[in-house]
Amino acid sequence: MALLKMKFSQQRRVRLAQGLWLLSWLAVMCGAFIFCLGVYLKIELLRRDEVMEDTDIHAVPNLLMLVGLASIGANWVASRVCQDSLDASRFPRWKVLLLGWYAVAVLLCCLLLAVVVLSYALQGRLEESLKVGLRNGIRFYKDTDVPGRCFQKETIDRLQMEFRCCGNNNFKDWFEIQWVSNRYLDFTSQEVKDRIRSNVDGRYLLDGVPFSCCNPASPRPCLQNQLTDSRAHYNYEYQSEELNLYSRGCRQALTDYYMGLMNSTGPGVLSVILIQLSVLLSMRYLQTAVDGAMALESPEGESEGYILEKDVKATYAEVKAKALDLLKFAQVDPASEVAGAEEGEKAAEASAKAATPPPAS
Amino acid sequence: MAVLKVKFTKTRRDKLAQILWILNWISVVTGVILFSLGLFLKVELKKREELMAEKDIQYVPNMLIAVGLIACIINFLGGKICYDCVDSTKFLRWKLIMLPYIVCTFFFTLCVLVGALMCYSMHWELEEALNLGLMQAMRFYKDTDMPGRCFLKHTVDTLQIQFQCCGNSGYKDWFQIQWISNRYLDMSKKEVIDRLRSNVEGKYLMDGVPFSCCNIDSPRPCIQQQITNNSAHFNYEHQTEDQNLWMKGCRQALLEYYTHIMQSIGLTVLITWLFELSVLTGVRYLQTSLENMLRQGDPDSESDGWLLENSFMETARTNLSIIKSLGKSNQINTANNGDPNIDVPSTSKAHYGPDNVPPKEKMETS
Repeated sequence: MALLKMKFSQQRRVRLAQGLWLLSWLAVMCGAFIFCLGVYLKIELLRRDEVMEDTDIHAVPNLLMLVGLASIGANWVASRVCQDSLDASRFPRWKVLLLGWYAVAVLLCCLLLAVVVLSYALQGRLEESLKVGLRNGIRFYKDTDVPGRCFQKETIDRLQMEFRCCGNNNFKDWFEIQWVSNRYLDFTSQEVKDRIRSNVDGRYLLDGVPFSCCNPASPRPCLQNQLTDSRAHYNYEYQSEELNLYSRGCRQALTDYYMGLMNSTGPGVLSVILIQLSVLLSMRYLQTAVDGAMALESPEGESEGYILEKDVKATYAEVKAKALDLLKFAQVDPASEVAGAEEGEKAAEASAKAATPPPAS
Repeated sequence: MAVLKVKFTKTRRDKLAQILWILNWISVVTGVILFSLGLFLKVELKKREELMAEKDIQYVPNMLIAVGLIACIINFLGGKICYDCVDSTKFLRWKLIMLPYIVCTFFFTLCVLVGALMCYSMHWELEEALNLGLMQAMRFYKDTDMPGRCFLKHTVDTLQIQFQCCGNSGYKDWFQIQWISNRYLDMSKKEVIDRLRSNVEGKYLMDGVPFSCCNIDSPRPCIQQQITNNSAHFNYEHQTEDQNLWMKGCRQALLEYYTHIMQSIGLTVLITWLFELSVLTGVRYLQTSLENMLRQGDPDSESDGWLLENSFMETARTNLSIIKSLGKSNQINTANNGDPNIDVPSTSKAHYGPDNVPPKEKMETS
């Protein structure tokens, strides 16, 4: 009792082959789309490489690129199979390949599903990586004269302006580190000496932020220094002022940005999975229908197409038996070896007996 | 003595018609490109509308849009004509239209050339508009509470950040205007009152710039206040410091940006003009060779094609005399001193017999 059996006349077989050929070319385009998506995502992640600590999240674009390339190859093979399917002389050579092709197609669908799952699962890792990366970036902001770190200031400034964010969690992160280099501090000034003495590590801390935290949408010219002191500026209330600087933290801003990117690719990936599955099913129908037609006396007649020859349980039992058989064949069975040796001896004796003529009586 | 005469066999005529058909369709595509370039320029100019004073610079993109549309229509028609010219019977349909079409297309290519030249001449008007517009925008930078001007601060800040520029000609422009609103000035402080008194108009002027002038590439945290005072900052020299703020003026930055766009568009339009001219030349040759072929009567014969039948001077003279005679047909005949009442002997052939014939005598006298 075959699974999902369908009857196919010659005309329907031809239509199926043509439709599948178009569908497989569509699937090739989808594979190319997935590849480009992977490349785009990778480039976006690489652009902000400097504020990310580790590269776990790169698994998503890498997987997308791999699946895209594999999908292009597999679906191109499918289109070739379709072209040859109605020609009885050329189709048999593809038969061997088809089982492997099914396995590859199923694997591709699973990998695409894994990509969707990963993009949600790796969000935590991304946040962690950004947290550490941004913390380092802010710490080395002032080191514009240290080789290897001299571009941190520019990177952080550009990041804060582009993503409209300030600091790691919020702007108060800037109060906890020294972001003005010692080269620009006048150590003879009393104010500087006081500030340096006011904390254990001897750092010049101030309640000010760099200019890149300033919000252009504020109605007031930007206030950068003495932010916590409401009296230092006229008509200024520290607690209620929210337009002066960017209120969002850069970690939140970057995470939102990347999650948004990956979420928007979600529907595209899901539809590619659907297309790949439909190519798989149609290919199976085509294979069984054409095989059935070739086995008939009149190749132009009706044949049956199905997904599985027997139902699921029977197929599973068959596959299990075949697999065990293969395993048995591969094993060195000591019992059968001895029996084989004995048989061999017996045969040698028999032939020796036959060879030597019986003693003449 | 024709201008640039070329012999055309039948196969050459057919090939010419086919090639011209393809070229006309390519010209339709270039017409679409011109149209979209005009649209792009219009959008770019509209985006920065707030920073440009009321000068009429929209005529350049409008002209490009119009030229692009007309190019599409003309070349579409030309493609149709050339497609039909392969068949000499179909050519008869278009025979009368072809010469006016060629003349119109010739004048149209002149318009395309004018459009290209306008792209390059817009530079000066744009500079004037930007100069005035930026000056106004900086003056109203502080008026974030006035409706109609409340977004100028945001516009100027994002402009300075995006184009990496500061002020109109340079950062010193900010020293001459009050860019901090009175709402945020503590009028009870002595320092504020001193500054307000220090100039005639009572403006709060300072040697400071907004944060958007800060240079990202500076190794040092940005110095925005007391820029000209060397002693206010440690290890700072005002004259030699060029990495702290953006050195370029926004007028120059915007002008460079728009000039770059204009030059690319102008180049594209010039190339389109040359292309149109060559297509026009081809169509003229096709027309003259087909007409000559018709005159000879044999569709398979060789015929001559030329640009002008007689030399340039003769053609010009002939055309001028045609125009003059067109003008004359409306005028009255001025022979006989212009008096229309003088008796001119009739030259009609009708003869009604001699004059002064006596009447017939009465037959009866009673």
